[in-house]
Amino acid sequence: MLAKRIIPCLDVRNSKVVKGVNFEGVRDVDDPVSLAKFYNEAGADELVFYDITATHEGRELFTDILKRVAGEIFIPLTVGGGINTLDDFDRVLKSGADKVSVNSGAIKNPALIGEAAKRYGDQCVVLSMDIKRVDGKFTLFSAGGRINTGIDALEWARMGQENGAGELVVNSIDTDGVKKGFDIEMLEEISKRVSIPIIASGGAGCIDDFTRLFNAVPGVDAGLAASIFHFREVSIKDLKKELAKNNISVRI
Amino acid sequence: MTAIIDYGVGNLFSLEGSLKHIGEECVITADEAVLRRADRIILPGVGAFPDAIKKLENTGLVPVIKELAEIKPIMGICLGMQLLFDVSFEYGTHKGLGLIEGKVVPIESKLTEPLKVPHMGWNSLNIRKTGGILKYVNENEFVYYVHSFCAVDCDDSITATSVYGTDITGSVQKNNVYGTQFHPEKSGETGLKILKAFCEL
Repeated sequence: MLAKRIIPCLDVRNSKVVKGVNFEGVRDVDDPVSLAKFYNEAGADELVFYDITATHEGRELFTDILKRVAGEIFIPLTVGGGINTLDDFDRVLKSGADKVSVNSGAIKNPALIGEAAKRYGDQCVVLSMDIKRVDGKFTLFSAGGRINTGIDALEWARMGQENGAGELVVNSIDTDGVKKGFDIEMLEEISKRVSIPIIASGGAGCIDDFTRLFNAVPGVDAGLAASIFHFREVSIKDLKKELAKNNISVRI
Repeated sequence: MTAIIDYGVGNLFSLEGSLKHIGEECVITADEAVLRRADRIILPGVGAFPDAIKKLENTGLVPVIKELAEIKPIMGICLGMQLLFDVSFEYGTHKGLGLIEGKVVPIESKLTEPLKVPHMGWNSLNIRKTGGILKYVNENEFVYYVHSFCAVDCDDSITATSVYGTDITGSVQKNNVYGTQFHPEKSGETGLKILKAFCEL
């Protein structure tokens, strides 16, 4: 039986993993390679790396880290951050990424999704979306949640699938960093509109939040979180045991 | 030494890395002489069948692979496994290598309930025949799949399946020829055990 996936997310800047609350006030956590190894041993089903550096030097450091991780850890790796062109896809895929997550790059150039899907296959293209309620409507934000694009996020998800995205990361800005649970309402709305796998992100605060997520929205395939794993507030092993107890299929 | 056939399809980074990790010497190559010298051969593959079989044919290695399959272990991974069969119906009808009887059809055509395609993620193995590349693997261990097409009409060769609405062909074997629909190089410890068993053949 297909397992629900548990995915720690590592935001990397200047060779360090960082995590902020509501995308602001980032602080250092750990070395990405040792953290990746730790998660692999703890039973993570996949790792997501976001490169949040903006400089060329930062990019190179990031690519080196990615190569080191991919050379030692043999579970799927998704990489995002600063993906704007097919060359960016190429760079991270050659460094060991299995999937590439595109966010602002697809907003600037929506054709990027289709071009990348055609060249590398749908399974390789992950459309990541930062969504916030504006006047009661799910609205797409870009640039790490800083810019309101005015785009209807539900329509954007549907179009992303149509253009060839193989998976969606749905990040709720409203619940991100708040630790009061995933944005079930938002995920239900997205789930009604697409048939590709959905990774829920933003809001996990405890084990029960994951149980609620998978029970409430069967269309969600994976739960992603950062700080609760980084700060050892939730252990992936305990989390998976609890999910299994609740008859949710997980890899143990 | 294990040779990984390089025919311009897919990302070989993890496959090479995982073989090195288990202490196996490996070479990524399209050189016939290296394939002949190798103890065993891996045929990788990501993408679509028509493009992959064309690229493989363009290397001129198809007759060599068929000849070597008689005398040394060969393992196809994901699309590489699909290439081992007689025929695929991905974007038309295309002949495969014919090393294992069977055909490759869309997963949708087998599903009796609406499930997401591609079949992507970790699924548990139901082992039908132990030994071979599954020597170190236990029933219900999880492996990582990403595919939209699957092998059918190959019951005699199936060594393990996974359930995704229906039984999906997970791994196959016929004599020296092995195949996995899942990615051992992405399947954590279970995957490494499968590669280790293959490297001991």
